[in-house]
Amino acid sequence: MDFNDTPEQAKFRAGCREWLEINAELKADKKNVNAESSLESHLKIAKEWQQKKYGAGWAMLHWPKEYGGVEASPIERIIWGQEEAKFNVPGGIFEIGLGMCGPVMMQYASEEQKNRYLAPMAEGKEIWCQLFSEPAAGSDVAGLRSKAEKDGDDWIINGQKVWTSGAHYSDFGILVVRHDPDLAKHKGLTFFFVDMKTPGISVKPIKQITGQAGSGSGFNEVYFDDVRIPDSQRLGEIGDGWKVAITTLMNERLAVGDARGSDIEEALTLSKTKDDAGEALIKNDAVRERLADWFCEANGLKYTKFRTISALSKGEAPGPEASITKIVSANKLQSIGNFGIDSGDMAGMLIDDDNGMSSFQGAWLGAPGLRIAGGTDEILRNVIAERVLGLPQDPRADKGIAFKDIPTKA
Amino acid sequence: MNLDFSDDQKYLQEEARKFFDKEGGLGNARKVMDESQDADHELWNKIVELGWTAIRVPEAYDGLGLGHLELCVVAEELGRSLAPVPFSSSVYFFTEALIKYGSEDIKTELLPKLVSGEVVGTYGIAEDSHQATEANLQVIASGDKLNGTKIAVPDAGMATHMIVVTKSNSGTELRLVNLTDPSVTITPQKNIDTSRAFFKVDFKDTPSNLLGQSGQGWGYIQHLLDQAAVLFAFEQVGGSQAALDMAKAYSLERFAFGRQIGSYQAIKHKLADMYIAITLAKSNCYFGAWALSSESAELPLASATARVSATKAFQLCSKENIQTHGGNGFTWEYDCHLFYKRSKVLSVLLGSEATWKEKLVTSLEKTNTLT
Repeated sequence: MDFNDTPEQAKFRAGCREWLEINAELKADKKNVNAESSLESHLKIAKEWQQKKYGAGWAMLHWPKEYGGVEASPIERIIWGQEEAKFNVPGGIFEIGLGMCGPVMMQYASEEQKNRYLAPMAEGKEIWCQLFSEPAAGSDVAGLRSKAEKDGDDWIINGQKVWTSGAHYSDFGILVVRHDPDLAKHKGLTFFFVDMKTPGISVKPIKQITGQAGSGSGFNEVYFDDVRIPDSQRLGEIGDGWKVAITTLMNERLAVGDARGSDIEEALTLSKTKDDAGEALIKNDAVRERLADWFCEANGLKYTKFRTISALSKGEAPGPEASITKIVSANKLQSIGNFGIDSGDMAGMLIDDDNGMSSFQGAWLGAPGLRIAGGTDEILRNVIAERVLGLPQDPRADKGIAFKDIPTKA
Repeated sequence: MNLDFSDDQKYLQEEARKFFDKEGGLGNARKVMDESQDADHELWNKIVELGWTAIRVPEAYDGLGLGHLELCVVAEELGRSLAPVPFSSSVYFFTEALIKYGSEDIKTELLPKLVSGEVVGTYGIAEDSHQATEANLQVIASGDKLNGTKIAVPDAGMATHMIVVTKSNSGTELRLVNLTDPSVTITPQKNIDTSRAFFKVDFKDTPSNLLGQSGQGWGYIQHLLDQAAVLFAFEQVGGSQAALDMAKAYSLERFAFGRQIGSYQAIKHKLADMYIAITLAKSNCYFGAWALSSESAELPLASATARVSATKAFQLCSKENIQTHGGNGFTWEYDCHLFYKRSKVLSVLLGSEATWKEKLVTSLEKTNTLT
């Protein structure tokens, strides 16, 4: 047991570090570029950074060489991520494209399409989004109802997508829709990619409980009103939409990580420094007990990640342990946010940049979304129970019948 | 980055698991419980023959001279099978205490006999129904003579020797006692997990030998506790996993309302929560194992973290295993209660969850940055 790189990994890390030091600034004391207020300027610096990385070969490490990648190993991607995270660089714009849309295009698009789309995606010139969830299809995403009807060599799309991250600044999207409601739920789906500027597509940012709308990589509703897509933009066979979507979601699972925000360190700093009726908050036994619980969770997640990295580092497939990450971290975030606000007593509810509450308020307000996005707590427990422990699926009321006959109300 | 056991250590663990399965698995704990024995002596003799009592003993004293990581993998299997043997008392505590603090004479005399099984050791800390502190110790060393009473001493029926935490004129001391001395009285104490045996040990002018320096005993025992907590945590993780495996197997075979109970989300989510608790505990144990084997200054924090999360995991898994089994889980016949009882004994044996949470936060108070 040790926490050291192998000689090859150390060499790779040094290479990352050398390039980053020349091309970016360390985080310390710099204004965080991700806090950039205007979306336009954030996109601009994000695109510039992506282009720089592309030029030097860091942009899409895991992609095959034939599409401009370097076929880096998973451990090298992690090392790059660890080093890049130490620098003040923009993020959160290209992950969906590079992580999910790119791989699905490589697998299903024509050679001509791959030549047209992959390089601009990698270079950061074109941004991609993923159009899966719908108002009536969240956890049950295969229950989606947006329609695709064949019209000559085209398809006509009608319906609504929701929770589409970055749709408001994306150039293209991958889309799964229902081509035949007479088939069973999973059989009647077909997969496409679509130009977001196609007539009939309208994007409406969602105002979240945080009050934010359309900021950063925020969420959107996307409406399709007689949107015409050529059959050549179909990915996979007609009726294979679910299979293609699953491939994509598998890639998403690799991308979903910790819930970012107030963590044990912040709770600990607060507890050591905040006065609580004449002494530091950390002297309160109820606080000590909660700090211990959060530390066990935070440390447990940290070393769970290290175990996964250790397996990758040896070229082995990691175990299923990383499946606990989001469920634990999002709940911890909510609990720590709640604690921080409580620590301010009546002032805890006041919005005031100077009272030290804003990051805890942000954590508390954002955590409910994190417990839902990318698989709800309940779906993730099902995933652990079924895929890790091997328990049976729930009996389902939608099996073996045409999609149009599936009950939707009492 | 290599937060994992080596292939050799994994092989040792696999062999340990096969060994306990072959020797009767949970049946050994049940036998000790049903027949009111103090331990499974036959199983213990086989463990000695396998050389596991020699793992940490240096080669100069007939041992194998291996590190703590080998002990960690064996501990997980002891925990999984609830092995009713004095391994933790004799190996995690007594042997470690001699290696760390024993004089050359003591090591030469006792370490080879710990390897051969001729000597079995244990330890005494508690004296009353509250947390032992340096201030409330009542076992007194006057010169080499001990007087007073230790309670809840594990395995004292089988043990030949014992480490005792005592008060003396020059402060707290760790002292070594030969339990066969006629001045020692050993009385069994009933406990909630009768697959393990605990004793009251009375000393009346009992001769003893000092370990290490006089006045340093409290620091020594804290260090020994920190070390042992990591190994106990591996036992707790092993027990947790076995309880989850048992709950899973039952949820697949038991039908209610026309389907497997494992297909109900109420059961699936319960078992998923058990898996989550085990995963967190296991990862904390790995960090504890690293801190233990590398003699890191982070051991106090790492061991408290492993201890607290493993205690929580085993208590959760053992109680929810009963719940998953419904009425059957409350019968003597089903094995669920073996895990429930062992989880409680392990959760207080080195000090309660609250005690270890306090140790954890005390360590956190001393650190400025989290690693």
